[in-house]
This record gives sequence, structure tokens and C-alpha cells, in this order.
Amino acid sequence: MLQTRVAGRRRIALIGLAGALAVSMSACAESERDSGGEGQTGGQLVFGAAGAPSNFDPFYASDGETFRVTRQIYEGLVGLKPGTSDIKPELATDWDPSEDGKTWTFTLKEGVQFHDGTPFNAEAVCANFERWYNQTGAGATAALSYYWIENFGGFKGDGKPSLYESCTAENETTVKLQLSRFTARFPTMLSQSSFAIQSPTAMEKYQADNVKAQGDSFVFSEYAIENPTGTGPFTFVSYDEANGAIELARNEEYHGEKAKLDKLIFRVIDDETARKQALEAGDIDGYDLPAPADWDSLEEAGFDLMIRKPFNILYLGITQKNNPALQDLKVRQALAHAIDRETLVSSVLPEGAQPANLFYPETVDGYAQDAVNYEYDPAKAKQLLAESGHENANVELWWPTQVTRPYMPNPQGIFGAIQEDLEAAGFTVTPVSKPWAGGYLDQVEVADAQLFLLGWTGDYNSPDNFIGTFFGNPDNQFWTQGSPWGEELARQLEEADSTVDDAERNAKYAEINRKLKAEYLPAIPISHSPPALVVAPEVKGLVASPLTQEEFAPVSVSG
Amino acid sequence: MLRYAIRRVLQLLLVIAVLSVLLFAWLRALPGGPVSALLGDRGTAETRAQLEEALGLDQPIYIQYFNFVGRALSGDFGTSTGVSPGKPAMELFLERFPATMELSLAAIMLALAAAIPLGYMAARRRGGWLDNVGIVGSMIGISIPIFFLAFLLKYLLSIKLGLLPTGGRQSVGIDATRVTGFFVLDGLITREWDAALDSLRHLFLPALALSSIPFAVIFRITRASVLDVMDEDYVRTARSKGLTRRVIRDRHVLRNAMLPVVTTVGLQTGALLSGAVLTETVFAWQGVGQALAIGFERKDFPVLQVVIIAAAMAYVLVNLLVDLSYAVIDPRIRTAQKG
Repeated sequence: MLQTRVAGRRRIALIGLAGALAVSMSACAESERDSGGEGQTGGQLVFGAAGAPSNFDPFYASDGETFRVTRQIYEGLVGLKPGTSDIKPELATDWDPSEDGKTWTFTLKEGVQFHDGTPFNAEAVCANFERWYNQTGAGATAALSYYWIENFGGFKGDGKPSLYESCTAENETTVKLQLSRFTARFPTMLSQSSFAIQSPTAMEKYQADNVKAQGDSFVFSEYAIENPTGTGPFTFVSYDEANGAIELARNEEYHGEKAKLDKLIFRVIDDETARKQALEAGDIDGYDLPAPADWDSLEEAGFDLMIRKPFNILYLGITQKNNPALQDLKVRQALAHAIDRETLVSSVLPEGAQPANLFYPETVDGYAQDAVNYEYDPAKAKQLLAESGHENANVELWWPTQVTRPYMPNPQGIFGAIQEDLEAAGFTVTPVSKPWAGGYLDQVEVADAQLFLLGWTGDYNSPDNFIGTFFGNPDNQFWTQGSPWGEELARQLEEADSTVDDAERNAKYAEINRKLKAEYLPAIPISHSPPALVVAPEVKGLVASPLTQEEFAPVSVSG
Repeated sequence: MLRYAIRRVLQLLLVIAVLSVLLFAWLRALPGGPVSALLGDRGTAETRAQLEEALGLDQPIYIQYFNFVGRALSGDFGTSTGVSPGKPAMELFLERFPATMELSLAAIMLALAAAIPLGYMAARRRGGWLDNVGIVGSMIGISIPIFFLAFLLKYLLSIKLGLLPTGGRQSVGIDATRVTGFFVLDGLITREWDAALDSLRHLFLPALALSSIPFAVIFRITRASVLDVMDEDYVRTARSKGLTRRVIRDRHVLRNAMLPVVTTVGLQTGALLSGAVLTETVFAWQGVGQALAIGFERKDFPVLQVVIIAAAMAYVLVNLLVDLSYAVIDPRIRTAQKG
């Protein structure tokens, strides 16, 4: 009998084991943060990243998750003023173009060294440019050198025109860069993360260029995975892939104002809801791109929601290839009058979004305030359709599933609003939805769609980065090569970009913008949406960047 | 016996070969692909074509397949394009496999620790309150979507009560030595007690969520099996001989009732892996299941191929081991095979 009772107690203990375990473990629950006081040095910050970085060599990267990390480790010749898209001196203190705008002389900051002790000088800068230009094999594909191809064009010996010609180290602190032609994008384009200056010694030691195509993809070098070496305020400590954590430490030898944090940690949490919950539980101190649907609840919970200035564009793309009605400018103007952008912005898009009139934000050069603005006017839209002889024009309206983008936080909501507007103006709309990476982009890019939702986030402050990207090559998603003005538009864009005089160039861009709206209308600008980031109230000193290029050096965590 | 084993292994190879063809064709028949996932809205027709060529996706599918098989035979399963771009897919799988194993084993252990005593006691007092609680509990375990259960547990225990971390495998900043890739075990081996306890705290919630699947099945099998055994003659004989309850329970009832339970645990592999996909996603657990989920989202063919083929192999192998052990235990099966 006694034995039975004991056994019974044991059984109960066994059943209660799980509960007891949880309680005992909770007894040692503690926050993962230890920190210094407000504004003072010390402590660590854990920031939730939305995905794993591809590697730590920014030249071989094109994704924001990689750049978020590398921006803290490296610096470029040219940086960005915090909170703006304007450039500022970084590793170069100033720069001067020659008369024809093809030769640029950069004066470098003195007393700077890389994390491995290698001095930063003119030779190091040229070693970087030469490395970029001399890429071959896998290193010379868009999968790896996307930003070089987009900005400089070809590589040495591949027969494609390249913006880069040569780099000369005049002395320790003077670099001469020779370009093949003038472009208005230079030197602003050097503010992009990919063009960060890396230690030539470390790159050689760890064979940075040893990236090879293997099977369906490519394998990165020891440098890119374990030994990234820059001049930035943080040094690379480790990437614990098994735990999804990237650890950086303060660079004690930094040439500028040293970072306040002892440690900066990026924790990979792929699931958006899981990131939000990790912040609420205090496991992380902040994360990027909270869903607009969560903005209010995050603010109510006392978190610091930082809304960036929008530096993107959402447009309704028009492919004229497969629908003769869309080749008629009046039909395209009818589309523009039919869409109520104001209501769409206020009802579907997050706080801080703005209706767009042109294909880029007002802060970018060459903006034409006086370009035609197609007011919301369904009656006018109907009238234009009637005049064109395409009453009840049948259009396919494409929208993507399984994606949110900063300019398109709610594809289905945006689609619904536009569909309603078009139908109210007399269009017959056939919806087409496809997964973003499951057919949508493939078909939109080869001009299979008719009307489609897409957009762009700017890389740097330049009109060419927006409209040059969209229309600079007539073989594009809008099929402008099929329009009488497609080639002409591409030529005008090239001419504007190579105009040396600022005022003259901006006038040309303004004129292109006017024509884009009044005469061409290859797509309809819809809106600029602000992406946000969110941090715990203890996090001070983080300045939101419209280009999502936040710097963590001035950030502190109060206890 | 040997011939039987060889035949089964050959069958396994055939299954894998057929699966690899079907999987390869199916992945590439899906619309879209790694190029869209990699370039997103930044791809022009030109850069996309160039990247397709670089990844070998512009070649006819049968050539792609033969290249894949050729490389796979030399141990190269391609490199990840989406989950961890640039990392060899097999390396990624091997790195993440211990995480999934740790989670699955912990889930099985939790399930066994709870389900066997409960199943036994429920059978002993059939129709009693414990029996009813167990049956209802196992019904909930089987029917509740694991995704929802994981969220619920996390919401209650992590966010509301702050007892346990919301995700990950270890707190950042903990200085831990990696030995086996099983974090709790590593902490114990290296005597880094803080790291071991911290990993255990991270492991508990996802393991609890995942254990709901095997718990339900093991509880029901244990209960049914104990009920069967208790009606057997030898148990009645043991009772009439005046043996203590404990001896009857341990030597006669549990020992015989556990055989089907052991088999069941082996057959839970597939269910655990599918459960791990969701559990790992919710808890940011860097395992194979999470790689599968991200791989689908980003159309990472090499990773999907490695993970799915490895999972199929594991499933078939476990089945094979179960069958072979039966053949060892039960001579009738061997005789049947010879016939």
C-alpha cells in the first residue's frame, strides 16, 4: 500500500516534469541585453534582420540584408548625410572634376587604417577599383557584381563598354579616376554600399576574388565569409550561422567618432511576425520594415516607430505589346484620370505615403513641378475612352502575390482599389495574379503583362537611377521599343545624363519628365510609400535613412 | 536474410532515383524560379538572361538533370541561391541537420515522458478522469494545427509571461563552444553550464509545440497496447502468483506493451519533419525545416533538392530498419520472403 502511494507520487512527479522544467527555467529568465546609460558608451544592441546576409564582401552583394551589416564595417569614398539622400565626404575629403567631367581627383582623409592595420591610401583605393574592373567568370555576372554592371557597365576584356578607364595614385592622399565619359551619376553612385573600400592586404591574403561558379550557383571566398576588413566604426567578429547571429564589435582604432556600442549584433529572424514578437518580448532591440498593419500597435506598446522619408515609386506599368487599345495615348490618359491616387494613398497605404505625379520623389534633381497632373476624373476618363473608340476597353490588370515591397506594402489592397476605379471609369478589368518569384516577375519583364503593379526603390539621388533604369533601354517591361517615341526617349535620357552643366542637365530632365507625362505616358506613377523601422524606447541616436542605409555608430542603449 | 536486405537496399536506391527525377522536374515546372527570387524588381530582361545562363538554367532540363546527377555522385549538390546564397547545399544541410535532430529528439523525449505514464495510467483506470483527459488531450494534439499551437505557446509563455525566449537557439553574446551542433549537449560536454541552460531554455518551447504530434500517437498506442496486454493470460498468471503490482507492471505489462510504441516512434520521422518546417519557422530555429520553408519562398533549387531527397532517404531508411528488425525478431517474415 505504501509502495503504491510512493509509486503514485513518482508518477505525478513524472507527469509534472514538463511543467516544473518550464518553471525552473523561467526562474533564470533574464533579458539578453546589458547596457550602459543613455548616450554613453557600452552595451550591446541586437537588431532583427529579415534574412541571412549572402556574404560580407559588399562588392559581391546586391541585397539589403547584406548591406545592413557591411555598412557598419566598411566606408566608401563618398557617404550619405544622415537622414537624407545627399552625399557627404567619407574616406575622401573632397573631389574635383576636370573640365570635360571625365577625370576626377579625390583627396583622401589622412590617418585612416583598415581593421587589419593596413594603411588606407591612394594605392588602396586604386587596388579596389582595379579589382572591380578585373572581375572574370562568376565574379563578372549580375548575380555577384550587380551594382558594378548597373553603374559602370563592362569589365576589362569582356568587350562591353565600361565607364571606368583607370585609377592613378598621384601620391598618398590623391587619387585620379579616369572615366570613359561624363555621367551625372558620378560621384554620387559611389555612395552605394557595393563600392565600399576594402583592405587590399586582407583581400589578397584570403583570396577575395576566389569566387567560383559551382553547380547551379557560386561559392564565396574565405575573405567574404570570415575575414571582411574595412575602415568602418565596427569590426567583424563572427557569423554564427547555426544560431543566425552576426556579431560586430567597436573598432577602437576608428579614425572618426568611435561607436558607442561595445557590440552590435544582427539576429536573423526570417518570419515577420516572429520579429515583432521578439521585439515585444525584449529578445531584440529593433527590426526593419515592420508591416504597416502593425505600426499603430507597436507605437501604442511604447516602441519608437521611425518612418523614413519615401525614396521609392509605385507605378501602374503599361505594356502596349499585347493590347492595341493601350497603344492609344488617349486610353492611357483615361487610365490616369480613372485612378483616384489620393484615396488610394489614404485608404490603403501607410501613414506618410504620398500620391506621385512623376516617376521619382521631389527631392531628386530634374523634378518638374509643372508636369501634367492627371486629376482624378472618371467622367473625363470615360470621355477619353469614347473619343479613342475603345469604350469598355478590356484590360488585364496584373498584381503579385507572396510579396510585400516598401513601395507596395499591400499588393492586394492596391490592386483592389485600382480595379474598382478602372471599372467605374468604363474599363472591363480581367484580374491576373501570380506569385512574385513564381511567374509574376518573369512575365512582366518579358512584356507579357498588360497593366501591372511594380515599382522601384532608389539606390542614390539621381534621376537616372529611376527613369534611366525604367526607360533607358527600349527593350523593357513597358515595351517602349514598340512605340514611335521609345528610342527617342532612351536617347534623350542618355543625353541628359552626359550633360556636364548642372543647370542644363536638370532642365533636360525636367523636360523629359514633362514629356513622360504629357506625350508618352508609358506607365502611371501612383505613390511614394515610406518604409519604417522600429526600435525599443531605450535605443537612442538611430537616424532613419530614406535609402535604408542606417548607421549604428552613434546609437546607444540606455539601461 | 542478406539477400532480403540487399533487395530492400536496391529498392531504396530505385525510390531515390525516381524521386530525384520527379522532384527535379517538378521544381523546374513551377512558374518563376531562382532568378526572380535573386534579382527581384531589379532584374532587367538582360540581367535575368545573363543570370539564367550563369546558373545553367538556360539549358534543356534533361541536360540540367544529368549535370546534377553527375555532380551529386561526386558529392556536389550545387550551392544555395536563396537560403544562404553561395553556401554549398550539402554543407548547409549538414550544418542545419543537428538543429532539427536536437529539436525532434527533444520533442520525442517530451512526448515519451508524458505519453507513456499517461497512457499506462489511462489504461489502468479505463473511463476514469485521467483516461478522459488523456483522450481529449491526444485528440487536441492530433487536430490542432502545429503552427497555431506554436504561436499560442509563444504568445503565452514568451510574450505575455516573459518566461522563455521567443526564438533562436541560443542567446546572442553567449560564448559557447560548438562540438556536435546539438547546443544543449555541447554545453554539457564542454561544461559550459550557462550555455547549456540557455540552449535548453531556447529549446523547450519549440520542442513542446512539436511534441504535440508524437504525444498524441504514443499516448493512444500505449493505452491500447497496455489494455491488450493486461488481458493476456500471462498477466493473469502473474497476478495469481501474487507478484507485486510493480513487478507485473515493469516485467510483464510495460515490456510487452512497449513493442508497438517503439515502432510508432520510428514511424514518426515524416510527421516530425513536416511539423519541424512550421515549428522552426515560428521559432526562428535554424534547422532543416526552416531551410525548406525559406527555400520554397526563394526558389532555392539546390537546397530544396538536398533537403527533400535527404528527408525521403531518412524516411525510407527508418522504414527499412523497422522492417529488418521485424525480420530479425519474427522468423515468419524471413520465411515469407524466401517463399
